[in-house]
Amino acid sequence: MSFYGLVDGTEASLKKYLGSLSGVDQVGADARAAMLATRSIKTTSKRWAIDTAISMVDLTTLEGADSPGKVRALCAKAVRPDPTDSSVPSVGAVCVYNDMVEIARTHLDLIGGQHVGVAAVSTAFPSGRASMQVKIQDTKDAVDAGASEIDMVIDRGAFLSGRYIEVFDEIVKIREVCGSKAHLKVIFETGELVTYDNVRKASFLAMAAGADFIKTSTGKVAPAATAPVVLVMLEAVRDFYAMTQVRIGVKPAGGIRNTKDAIKQLVLVNETAGPEWLKPSLFRIGASALLNDLLMQRMKMDDGYYASPQYVTID
Amino acid sequence: MGEKLTFEYAPAPESRAIVSIKPKYGHFIGGKFVAGSKHFPTINPATEEVLSQIALAGKNDVDAAVKAARKAYTTTWSKMSGKERGKYLFRIARIMQERSREFAVLETLDNGKPIRESRDVDVPLAAAHFFYHAGWADKLEYAGLGTTPKAHGVAGQIIPWNFPLLMLAWKVAPALAAGNTVVLKPAETTSLTALLFAEVCQQAELPAGVVNIVTGDGSTGALIVNHPGIDKIAFTGSTEVGKIIARAVAPTNKSVTLELGGKAANIIFEDAAIDESVEGIVNGIFFNQGHVCCAGSRLILQESIADEVLEKLKNRMAKIRVGDPMDKNTDLGAINSKEQLLKIRELTAVGDSEGAQRWSAPCDLPGKGFWFAPTIFTGVTQAHRIAREEIFGPVLSVLTFRTPQEGIDKANNTPFGLSAGIWSEKGSKILWASQQLRAGVIWANTFNKFDPASPFGGYKESGWGREGGRHGLSAYLKGVSHE
Amino acid sequence: MSNRIDVKKTYKLFINGAFPRTESGRTYEVKNAKGVFIANPCLASRKDLKDAVVAARAAQHGWNKATAYNKGQILYRLAEMLEGRRAQFVDEIVTVTGVTKAKAEKEVTDSVDRLVWYAGWSDKISSLSGALNPVAGPYYNFTIPESMGVIAAIAPEVPSLLGLIDSIAPIIVGGNTVIVLASTKAPLSAMSFAEVIATSDVPAGVINILTGKKDEITPWMASHMDIDGLDISGLGVKKHAEVKSAGSENLKRIYSFKNADPGRILAFMENKTVWHPIGL
Repeated sequence: MSFYGLVDGTEASLKKYLGSLSGVDQVGADARAAMLATRSIKTTSKRWAIDTAISMVDLTTLEGADSPGKVRALCAKAVRPDPTDSSVPSVGAVCVYNDMVEIARTHLDLIGGQHVGVAAVSTAFPSGRASMQVKIQDTKDAVDAGASEIDMVIDRGAFLSGRYIEVFDEIVKIREVCGSKAHLKVIFETGELVTYDNVRKASFLAMAAGADFIKTSTGKVAPAATAPVVLVMLEAVRDFYAMTQVRIGVKPAGGIRNTKDAIKQLVLVNETAGPEWLKPSLFRIGASALLNDLLMQRMKMDDGYYASPQYVTID
Repeated sequence: MGEKLTFEYAPAPESRAIVSIKPKYGHFIGGKFVAGSKHFPTINPATEEVLSQIALAGKNDVDAAVKAARKAYTTTWSKMSGKERGKYLFRIARIMQERSREFAVLETLDNGKPIRESRDVDVPLAAAHFFYHAGWADKLEYAGLGTTPKAHGVAGQIIPWNFPLLMLAWKVAPALAAGNTVVLKPAETTSLTALLFAEVCQQAELPAGVVNIVTGDGSTGALIVNHPGIDKIAFTGSTEVGKIIARAVAPTNKSVTLELGGKAANIIFEDAAIDESVEGIVNGIFFNQGHVCCAGSRLILQESIADEVLEKLKNRMAKIRVGDPMDKNTDLGAINSKEQLLKIRELTAVGDSEGAQRWSAPCDLPGKGFWFAPTIFTGVTQAHRIAREEIFGPVLSVLTFRTPQEGIDKANNTPFGLSAGIWSEKGSKILWASQQLRAGVIWANTFNKFDPASPFGGYKESGWGREGGRHGLSAYLKGVSHE
Repeated sequence: MSNRIDVKKTYKLFINGAFPRTESGRTYEVKNAKGVFIANPCLASRKDLKDAVVAARAAQHGWNKATAYNKGQILYRLAEMLEGRRAQFVDEIVTVTGVTKAKAEKEVTDSVDRLVWYAGWSDKISSLSGALNPVAGPYYNFTIPESMGVIAAIAPEVPSLLGLIDSIAPIIVGGNTVIVLASTKAPLSAMSFAEVIATSDVPAGVINILTGKKDEITPWMASHMDIDGLDISGLGVKKHAEVKSAGSENLKRIYSFKNADPGRILAFMENKTVWHPIGL
């Protein structure tokens, strides 16, 4: 594999590549993210942002209690988030465990949701603690069941111990399993990587290894998709584009619960990676509760008064 | 999906309903607003709208203000305990916080700076200065100047237009904490927040004459500097005027502090955190339209990363939102005055003619008002005027270096010495560079940070003395051995 | 009775660690209180001052970089060498000024003690005047006093040795280099002190001593753009305004002092404040 000509697959070349990255100053990154959080998005731009955010949602259920019924309801919500308003766009994808992939794909197709993707969390999500064989089989199962997107977790233990080549090789192998059938999102679990230097390093590692998307978190560890972490990842995809002319997507997941947070994410995208990234093929938001808040804010903008949760569906 | 493909931010203007600007103002002398005789207009530099008529103080007005300050000093302020004086400063701090939105809107209207900055920087820091110094008022014997430090008496204070309220706070708060009374003159183009501050003094029931505010131009400033009834002069402004003041007070016993110009170097070493450095460059020179004496106006880049940094800088500059200062999303507001705009144009024209390459961020500038797009000059050498003279606008001169010592030498190659920036992820290099740089404030991996606890002031021709912290307080006290 | 003709000393300037004659070739007569001729010291010119400033500037970086411990030891070494040559200094003070031997003894004693006192400040002045400032944000912020650069000083006429020590020691202990104009009437102490300096590990250029006329040299000191500060303790108060006015061209820090105290050291130091983020 070519790895964009950045590395040749050896540990030495990977170390050299990662070693060439500049550091990230935490306080500076925090300050930039905080400044962008002061952007005031009103009226027409807010309306545009809400619809754009809805189209970027990876509507997620990742519970031990998930059942076919729960997943079918989620699919219905994904295709038509507001049953009373057909102008509301569908979400980007539903995100489920891989035993629910087939149920989701079948139901989406049944209700006219062919355009909505199915993302499966994979590689022993959320911990990533399993043998490579199991991780490969896990991914294969999901792809075979019709997943169009694979959200894999990296081995944070290996990353934190400096065994970057192992992390790299795992991504390469999972990328192979995805083939042309599924896009690959690589989850870092930034709450466990802790430092922004690590986030930047993981971003460049994953992009060179073949990730289509880089994703912050599983949703199971806090802190998750904080604004500065997303900022650092957006800077990484921007810089990677300058190096390779290839645009990699970004998916914050975890902790984005309301419209204000979602709009802050869009501002981060707009002013960091650039407006080219403001589409579902390059930016997704992993969330569940967020969608209803977006719908309620949308209603408020249309009606002129505040909405009640009674008017949005709880699926 | 909506038909719009880009994320255009709709206008988000701050309401100006919170301020009521009188058609005409007088001076604040002896606790009362008194009518002026002559007036001149103050305008909103973003629209050229006349906001109000400001009084031009002449000899009689300055005499009256000094007399009121002397009386307040002798009869009230010098007799009051530090503990009680401090309470007035705490009151002022609190009222400024309560009326912060009003101050921010008024500052932006009169000065042209973005509301985001007046709201998030100028006004909160101004209140913080009063809060900090309030706590000093009853602890002066611990300020390191002996057990019986004394106030000078009446302080004459002349402040610039770039941070009108904040500079007022930097001057008035330590002066009052140390037990002085003051006669303050705001800058000609930005008097309104000082006059609103006079209302705060009234609300705080500050004894009459402790703070006196006279408005006017350079002629009023000269009357203050040369007034025999003033014991201490504090000035923030240009080095040119600073030298005139230094000469004027030479035959007198007046104590003087001067915060003057700068041409700060912002040095980016090859091992810097690049994205945060780019933010630091932007913050260094485009904060407050570059109307900052400590602005990082000389970017000194290590050659090995120069291309990468410049490319990123240009991309970042293209995202700077220039326009209506009252819009909450504006990053770069209006140039404060036509005079200043002409000065910026003149010096940048010299940059062109001396062979430096100009690049300006693509942006639509409003038709009315005074505007200058964020601009950088590359190919600048030490000999260029734009590398030596303070432009005081959103204009950055870019120079390069090969070795750390060369970078430091270029940074120090100026008669100024106010501030400098260093960017490197290597701790020992940061400390080495901060030792080598001849400047009063060193920002390492950050820039343009201010705090009342942090002394600020320059080496060489950037001024005399410090403001902020214990060091700044001492400028308002007698007790040091040298005079 | 001896027929031996004693060997008299030629008094010269002290610039950059060497003892040159004034480039102007001029001297002036020093007489004792009774009008008896004592010596022909150099009448330094503005060009001698210029050379001294060049030397002081060149020496400043290295002197400033020396550790506080090292600077303290060098100042202490000056005291040691002065102590060892007490007799010569007492003799010169008595000869030139006509004071009693006891009084001269006291001046030399005070001078030695004063040097020792200043020497001790070298590694303490930062803790006295420095600060760690608790700013409202994730930043480490500290202020330290640093050397100002090249300082000129006009020593008082009397006491000629102790006054000279006060014109040199507080300036150099802060990391500055100095050009001092010695007492005009009683320059012998200064020129002999130059010999103490030359044998005391003080790097060349750190201390430069001129002899001559205040009226002639002071205006050049005040206007020199490469002098950062000026101690005018030895100058008549009537002249202060004129010097301060001339010094404003490069905003020289100009002070006069009555006492020896830490403020005298700090007057020719600049406070530098450094910010750095605290983060991972």
